[in-house]
Amino acid sequence: MNRAAASIVGMMAIALYSGMGMAAADPYQLNLPEPQTIIARQIYDQHTMLLWICLAIFIGVFGVMFYSVLKHRKSVGYKAANFHHSTTVEIIWTIIPFFILVGMAFPATKTIIAMKDTSSPDITIKTTGYQWKWGYDYLTGEGEGISFLSNLATPRAQIENASPKEENYLLEVDNPVVVPIGKKVRIIITANDVLHAWWVPALGVKQDAIPGYIRDAWFTIDKPGTYRGQCAELCGKDHGFMPIVVEAVEPEKYTQWVAEQKSKSAAAVVDVSKEFTMDELKAEGEKVYAANCVACHQANGKGIPGTFAALDGSKVATGPKAGHIDIVMNGKTGTAMAAFKHLSDVQIAAVVTYERNAWGNTAGDVVQPSEINELRK
Amino acid sequence: MAAVEHDIPHTQEHYPTGVMRWLTTTNHKDIGTMYLWFSFLMFLTGGVMALTIRAELFQPGLQIVNPEFFNQLTTMHGLIMVFGAIMPAFVGFANWQIPMMIGAPDMAFARMNNWSFWLLPPAALLLITSFFVPGGAAAGGWTFYPPLSVQMGIGMDMMIFAIHILGASSIMGAINIITTILNMRAPGMTLMKMPMFVWTWLITAYLLVLVMPVLAGVVTMLLTDRNFGTNFFNAAGGGDPVMFQHIFWFFGHPEVYIMILPSFGIVSEVIPTFARKPLFGYSSMVYATASIAILSCIVWAHHMFTAGMPVTGQLFFMYGTMLIAVPTGVKVFNWTATMWRGSMTFETPMLFSIGFIFLFVIGGFSGVVCAIVPIDVQVQDTYYVIAHFHYVLVSGSLFAIFAGAYYWLPKWTGHMYDETLGKWHFWLSMFFFNLTFFVQHFLGLAGMPRRIPDYALQFADFNMISSIGAFGFGSTQLLFLYIVLKCIRGGAKAPAKAWEGGKTLEWTLPSPAPYHSFHTSPVIK
Repeated sequence: MNRAAASIVGMMAIALYSGMGMAAADPYQLNLPEPQTIIARQIYDQHTMLLWICLAIFIGVFGVMFYSVLKHRKSVGYKAANFHHSTTVEIIWTIIPFFILVGMAFPATKTIIAMKDTSSPDITIKTTGYQWKWGYDYLTGEGEGISFLSNLATPRAQIENASPKEENYLLEVDNPVVVPIGKKVRIIITANDVLHAWWVPALGVKQDAIPGYIRDAWFTIDKPGTYRGQCAELCGKDHGFMPIVVEAVEPEKYTQWVAEQKSKSAAAVVDVSKEFTMDELKAEGEKVYAANCVACHQANGKGIPGTFAALDGSKVATGPKAGHIDIVMNGKTGTAMAAFKHLSDVQIAAVVTYERNAWGNTAGDVVQPSEINELRK
Repeated sequence: MAAVEHDIPHTQEHYPTGVMRWLTTTNHKDIGTMYLWFSFLMFLTGGVMALTIRAELFQPGLQIVNPEFFNQLTTMHGLIMVFGAIMPAFVGFANWQIPMMIGAPDMAFARMNNWSFWLLPPAALLLITSFFVPGGAAAGGWTFYPPLSVQMGIGMDMMIFAIHILGASSIMGAINIITTILNMRAPGMTLMKMPMFVWTWLITAYLLVLVMPVLAGVVTMLLTDRNFGTNFFNAAGGGDPVMFQHIFWFFGHPEVYIMILPSFGIVSEVIPTFARKPLFGYSSMVYATASIAILSCIVWAHHMFTAGMPVTGQLFFMYGTMLIAVPTGVKVFNWTATMWRGSMTFETPMLFSIGFIFLFVIGGFSGVVCAIVPIDVQVQDTYYVIAHFHYVLVSGSLFAIFAGAYYWLPKWTGHMYDETLGKWHFWLSMFFFNLTFFVQHFLGLAGMPRRIPDYALQFADFNMISSIGAFGFGSTQLLFLYIVLKCIRGGAKAPAKAWEGGKTLEWTLPSPAPYHSFHTSPVIK
């Protein structure tokens, strides 16, 4: 029992005195991460205050109880009293906790109201949860029009213990969300398939992503840095493998980043009416497959029997291509197959072509981006 | 014929033998025994799942199970522990103790009692065999939120059916308990003279009748969404996934109190007995229990603070949740005042009861922390929440179940259990429980989400400590099995009043208690 009590005292002491200085990757981190926004700081302080109040009550109640345990025992010859109620005492210990709670609720209420104030942001970013990655669309403000997907960057080999795990194991992505410091960022959160939750502890933001509904939250980051978080709502098999990385940079660097993204996306614009060859589509399709499909359908196209359908030799992938395109674009209700409409025309065309002509599949037909483009109309 | 013999009142000790005794029994003690063994079996089953989870989490990386199976394990561990272990254990206590404590011969609806027990094994079988169907068991968490739960295979339908059956069993059990308590009390036992255990079960039974149909409704809606093309929870069809959460937690939050109120009852029996002093503030205990039950019905959305709701909604549910701390505090203060200036001894039931109060208060504190919306935003769906609800469910409900089992074993078996081993069981449980779950507070605060099969390197050390604790805690429970078996087979003869301070009616019956408790009602003055 003393061990637990000592841990509590330790936890609180560390919370107050040394928590602030701890690095994010401290293996013995006992407290919330160092707060980077005003809301996260308020949360941190309220949590610390609560722990002190709890500690005081804990010592009070168990001080009395353990005094009694030591002194009022039969083995030391203590004779039992026979009192069994006292209205005064009972009223007192009903009223006092009530006022303590009011004291706790007051600052919390102010923070809740502040958390909800997503008005007049400098930048608005929409994030969409997918099984199992995040998509980001910069909607308004500087960077408007930027759009990308953010996948786990940790190699499979590290997860399967085939190679040593590196520092940011499971907390690293290919495309982080870049935001400028000192600007109010409103984040609009939704999902494509099932529930997810967008959570970055240092920013004090956690919001469920709900398919068909949008929610929002906001943050203003004080200083540059890389802040890592994870999906916080069970979303299936790879729930533990869809991290969130927010990179906060100086406004000038942000402008630079926006320019880079714009030129990249300008270079990536492809004329959808262009005719692609089978090999071009298959090469691109393999990449799209690796980024979007492999988690369920597996690299060998065999899926996971009973859970995720095989594509190698499947009716869909060897049958008419219209049905194949439909299932990729619109998903299949009642199964784990989500809609992949958010991919580009080229990507959808490429991945369908790839699936129809990879492994043992030899449909031999080619799906052109123009066909996909036509279907979207 | 066996069945005919059963219809004759006052046939002491006349019943079929072997399997038929247990299949056909309408006796509250036999049924209570079956409930308790069933729940222990489920406790071990859910425990093995928990240990597999902890084994996978011993180190970062995937070693033992794949992520799909991991999700099935967390889901089934939760469901089996809640519906298979904790709830049936309390019904087992109710069956054994309520008739004896109110001076009744048996439960009011003896045949329905048999039926409510025998519904449980098929439900358990459905849950366990679902691991072997294509797609495996349900893997959407014990809360099975759609749309994820709509994606699952037939395992989810089996789980839904199991929940329907378990719900029907609980409702029948609850109606039986309410009827027994309201109609079969000994003359002179007014409601306000009932033992606290009976009071807490009366209130719990009302909660069950109130919320189990809600659960049945929500799983049925899910079933039709899955199989018959309805769109209750599908936004694309005009439904709302968040509505599922509201309905589920309207059941789910009172469910939490269904699992803790009978523990309060057990502890309120044990502490006065071993303090040799009446329970302090009996009537305020009754009012506190009722207040907790009523408040529990209006705070459900505190499980959904990150789902997004208007400010006023968040404030209402935050204030309501915080208010629960008041009657809960009253209970803790009353127990302390009961111990104050008593003449205490510390047999195993008393140790488990004090351990219960000590750790339940820690769980209560982390509950208040979770109630504060801004802080909850950080800890929601993290290991902090896992630590919180294991503090109230394991060191809360389970410790109280152990306290009750040791307390009443002499009455049930006619033998005293092995006190030395009982104390070992307590201290080992206490140590390993804290080793397992205290560090999970730190993991949650530092940012480890729940329900993940693999984690970042910074969480490695605490996870390893937690896994070691879990294996220690799991093995310790085999000691409990040994102690109970030993007690059934022999040991010092227990007197009618096994504990010096025992004041309730069951201690006026011989030990072991006769097959039919009271032929003539005792009169309470």
